Amino acid sequence: MRQFLIFVKKEWFHIWRDRRTLFILIWMPVAQIVLYGFALTNEVKNSRIAVLDLSNDPASTALSQRIDASRYFEVIRYLHSYREIEETFRQGKIRLAVVLPKGFGDDLLHSNHAQIQLIADASDPNTANTLTNYATAIINDYQKSLNQDQELPYQIRAQVRMLYNPELKGAYNFVPGVMALVLMLVCAMMTSIAIVREKEMGTMEVILVSPLRPFKIILAKTIPYLIISTLNIATILLLSVFVLDVPITGSLVLLIAESILFTITSLSIGLLISIGAKTQQAAMFTSMMSLFLPTLLFAGFLFPVENMPLPLQIISNVVPAKWYYIIVKAVMIKGLGIMSIWKETLVLVGMTVVLLIFSISRFKIRLG
Amino acid sequence: MRTLKFILQKELRQISRDPAIFFILFVMPMIQLIILPLAADYEIKNINLGVVDHDRSEYSRKMINKIISSGYFRLKDYSNSYQGSLHSIELDKADLVLEIPAQFERNLVKENKATLFIAVNAINGVKAGLGGAYIQNIITDYNQDIRSQWIQVPRFDPQPTIEVTFSDWYNPTMNYQNFMVPGILVMLVTMIGSSFASNNIVREKEMGTIEQINVSPIRKTQFIVGKLIPFWMLALTVLTVGLIIARLVYGIVPLGHYLTIYAFASIYLLAILGLGLLLSTYAHTQQQSMLVSFFITMVFNLLSGLYTPIESMPGWAQLLTRFNPVSYFIEVMRMVVLKGSGLADIKNNILAVLGFAVFFNSWAIINYRKRSG
Repeated sequence: MRQFLIFVKKEWFHIWRDRRTLFILIWMPVAQIVLYGFALTNEVKNSRIAVLDLSNDPASTALSQRIDASRYFEVIRYLHSYREIEETFRQGKIRLAVVLPKGFGDDLLHSNHAQIQLIADASDPNTANTLTNYATAIINDYQKSLNQDQELPYQIRAQVRMLYNPELKGAYNFVPGVMALVLMLVCAMMTSIAIVREKEMGTMEVILVSPLRPFKIILAKTIPYLIISTLNIATILLLSVFVLDVPITGSLVLLIAESILFTITSLSIGLLISIGAKTQQAAMFTSMMSLFLPTLLFAGFLFPVENMPLPLQIISNVVPAKWYYIIVKAVMIKGLGIMSIWKETLVLVGMTVVLLIFSISRFKIRLG
Repeated sequence: MRTLKFILQKELRQISRDPAIFFILFVMPMIQLIILPLAADYEIKNINLGVVDHDRSEYSRKMINKIISSGYFRLKDYSNSYQGSLHSIELDKADLVLEIPAQFERNLVKENKATLFIAVNAINGVKAGLGGAYIQNIITDYNQDIRSQWIQVPRFDPQPTIEVTFSDWYNPTMNYQNFMVPGILVMLVTMIGSSFASNNIVREKEMGTIEQINVSPIRKTQFIVGKLIPFWMLALTVLTVGLIIARLVYGIVPLGHYLTIYAFASIYLLAILGLGLLLSTYAHTQQQSMLVSFFITMVFNLLSGLYTPIESMPGWAQLLTRFNPVSYFIEVMRMVVLKGSGLADIKNNILAVLGFAVFFNSWAIINYRKRSG
């Protein structure tokens, strides 16, 4: 046991004395949470638009003011001809143009029927969709205010309830994803580099002739990273509760237990990579291609898995982060207990056991 | 000038004899450009719908059919109670639950109004917002159908109505790949260029070969420029491979000129490579430089507008994107490819990256010391 602790201490010094790397390891989750939590949203607000008002009557002015007043839009330019629309779009200044045709107010007054054209910059199809939806809603509102005293017959009303995240904040989706990403990076990538470095520098020989059994050598290498990742989990959870206002609705103990399980999964992947790689650069590269990208792509927090082609959906099942992401969402945001996530937990446990058995049996105590 | 030629010769040989070079130049772009755009599909479709129909009338059935035939929703769960359907949301089986109360049809016909209840799983705010809007539009449409069954449509509208027509410019088929592929190509070129450059000088330091350069009659500027040009050519090759893949696989032909893209890219790459070399002059080990450049590229990519629109970001983040060369290139790439913008439209972006290029490279030259230790 004492020998083992000495090894852990040695590994700890490796990390502790490389201040630049340590700095990044500690601050990476903070930067990620802040960026994802605040900067990365698909929420549309104050989108820059232009209005081409060809009729300039009270009705058209009232409507364009109403659009400008909403928190979704900001009219940055009033245009005078169709040609200018094209030009403003091409300079990338606006996302949407509202065209009020000649005689808009007259038509509305006399024939009770007027037209509006919405021209969206659909190069980003999703934003275009969202913007036209919001603009239509504002126009419908205006229309309702015109005929407020009459009620339409045969009215179907829909009451919409947004569950878990009534303000539709992006952070609810990103926080569980960032947790998966950071743990994967710190545990798998750093562990694999740390082991391969010993090989590259030649110090592996010294370790291999020591009286400690190979299994314990590996264990000693992983423990400092386990500590750092626990620290990272704590940072992320504190930031999300106190800075992003994403509450932990479920059991904190369960959440931490599941996180430690995922940490062990990531560590065993790191071990596996380190067995195959010969140089630090190769280990880094393998981690990037086989861990970082798949986690980003297939965990489901950035891109919806259900939209992907079937082969990719099948591949996504072998990405551990996907299961961890489902678990964190269920426990942290939906507030569910172990009964609802035992299947996902079992998948993670299974993956970890297979990976650990495989990499420990492949760990060679002979060089060359 | 002759010295520069020798440095170039050395660097080019070193690169061309690296066995990984073929893989990085051709295989990696292919994998990324073929898999990423397939996966990076933000379009909201395939929303899983759960239905609780207490009414089981002709009207409710027709409405459900109409919702499903819209193509946005898939009927995944049909339960008898609201509790049951909430459970299916908890299990992620359904994203959205529509509850049709008992007597829905009767209320609608007899009392002129009926209410539906919709519950949306809003953890993913964007999906929830759009899903809710889609289903409400379909219901409004259906409402109109029913109304026209009961009421003779008058020749003139009884109330003022405003008809909204839509045009989707620049991407009329709303193809998400037209939007993502050019952006991903920028990310790819940036990652390859910066990781190569940031590893380079530090590798010479670690291997000890930097000593030889330090004692040879090479000026600091010549050294940095000699390092820069080979990677610049390398990255432009990756860009070319990427543009060919975009054209052959996705059929993306820029509306603007290819020359505009290359003109911008050649200045942009000077900035990115300069940043990489700058990091390289500071780092002591390859591990440090890899981690730092990984971290910086990650922040750059997230704040580039590739995944989420820049206008949606808060003010401070928008300010940060102004200091991010990647965001300028992504904007330019999308403008040229999708809107056919020319040099005049992107002149501000050109000036900005030119500024970055001068700044990073001069800093790298100043910081590079021919003394060791």
